[in-house]
Amino acid sequence: MFDTALTFNDLMFMLKGAGMTLSVTAFAVVGGTLLGLFFGVLRSQISPWAALPLTFVLDIFRSVPLLIQLILANAFQAIAGWGISPFVTSCIVLALYTSAYCTEIVRGAIEAVPSVTRRAARSLGMTWGQDLTQIVFPMALRVGLPSWIGLTLGVMKDSALVMWLGIIELLRSSQILVTRLQEPMFILLVTGAIYFALSFPIARLGSRLEKRWQEND
Amino acid sequence: MGNYTFQWRQAFRAFPEMLEGALVTLQISILSMLIGVTIAVLLAVARDSKTRWLRAPATVWVEVARNTPALFQIYMAHFGLGSFGIYLSPYAALLAGIAFNNAGYLCETFRGAMRAIPDTQLRAGRSLGMGQAKAFRLIIVPQMFRISFLPTTNQMIWAILMTSLGVTVGLNSDLAGVTQDLNARSFRTFEFFALAAVIYYVIAKAVMLGARLLAARLFRY
Repeated sequence: MFDTALTFNDLMFMLKGAGMTLSVTAFAVVGGTLLGLFFGVLRSQISPWAALPLTFVLDIFRSVPLLIQLILANAFQAIAGWGISPFVTSCIVLALYTSAYCTEIVRGAIEAVPSVTRRAARSLGMTWGQDLTQIVFPMALRVGLPSWIGLTLGVMKDSALVMWLGIIELLRSSQILVTRLQEPMFILLVTGAIYFALSFPIARLGSRLEKRWQEND
Repeated sequence: MGNYTFQWRQAFRAFPEMLEGALVTLQISILSMLIGVTIAVLLAVARDSKTRWLRAPATVWVEVARNTPALFQIYMAHFGLGSFGIYLSPYAALLAGIAFNNAGYLCETFRGAMRAIPDTQLRAGRSLGMGQAKAFRLIIVPQMFRISFLPTTNQMIWAILMTSLGVTVGLNSDLAGVTQDLNARSFRTFEFFALAAVIYYVIAKAVMLGARLLAARLFRY
């Protein structure tokens, strides 16, 4: 099993796949976080009834399998004749998927800021914007950041599904090598090790932040 | 959009076939949850035990399950085990992969729940003459399930969504697999998968609602 035909070039091929995984994740997380921040602030400001349509649409992204979402989006862009590349399609779908979860995180974090604190800020003469950026945001960040890190890692793992649209990311590149070298266990172990190396340190950082920030509260 | 005609009737005609697929999807997710919960309780005990050789494998299981993609875990079961001469069918591989994943995540949920139960309760049980195992079974486990009921429901929803990954290892009997089969025959990708998405959504919401009702019924004080 450890007597392998895997060459250095093959390993580089897998690392290139890992680079693709990271770049899809980066686009999705940046886009999804910006959208999520916007939707989350919006949802915490307007009444639950007015937010119902938004809540419903975002809930769809969390209740339909990501694979089905990717297939649907790719089929739709083909039907509409937009001619978007699979890479862009995946980034958009993953960004919307991320934004659905991020909205919940942002909303939860904002609601965790006591309303008396916000009223105190307003009664000191701060504007709505000042209250939001200087009082709510720093306090909400502590509540929301650990879950946001968890979300980012989740998106990185879920980004393996974009292989269905023909993008050669880490898991797909390992499949190509398995087909050629016929050593599934070894190559998959290497793949798993790469995923683990990307994910584990950040997961640890997240849980450490969570512990440290809770101590101060 | 102009030169494409949607053929919804074709998709609706396949509806009964897709519902049968949905039953398989539910079956896999329920089985994977049953296996996952059982293993997760054992893992949770092992991770907090004082014996090193019990703690280490449990920690490895949990960290691997939580730090690699679910699809990777399913591939490991389907392709990886082939290196040892173990050939799992797509159904078995999907079930094994999801159960492995569930066990890892649920272990952490259960550990969190266990920590919320005061230590004194276990000691009270022990001082009433219960053995360690009996006290754990009668005092800790019921409360643990109660505290972790909603997170466990979320994991169930996750399991349902994860079953759609079976199509990547060639499973053609679950909802995603049936849909992919229909798609391969007709190339009406959008219509079929849109219908599948609606079915997944309804299943997820029904399970969520069922769990809420069950929680209201079970956990009345």
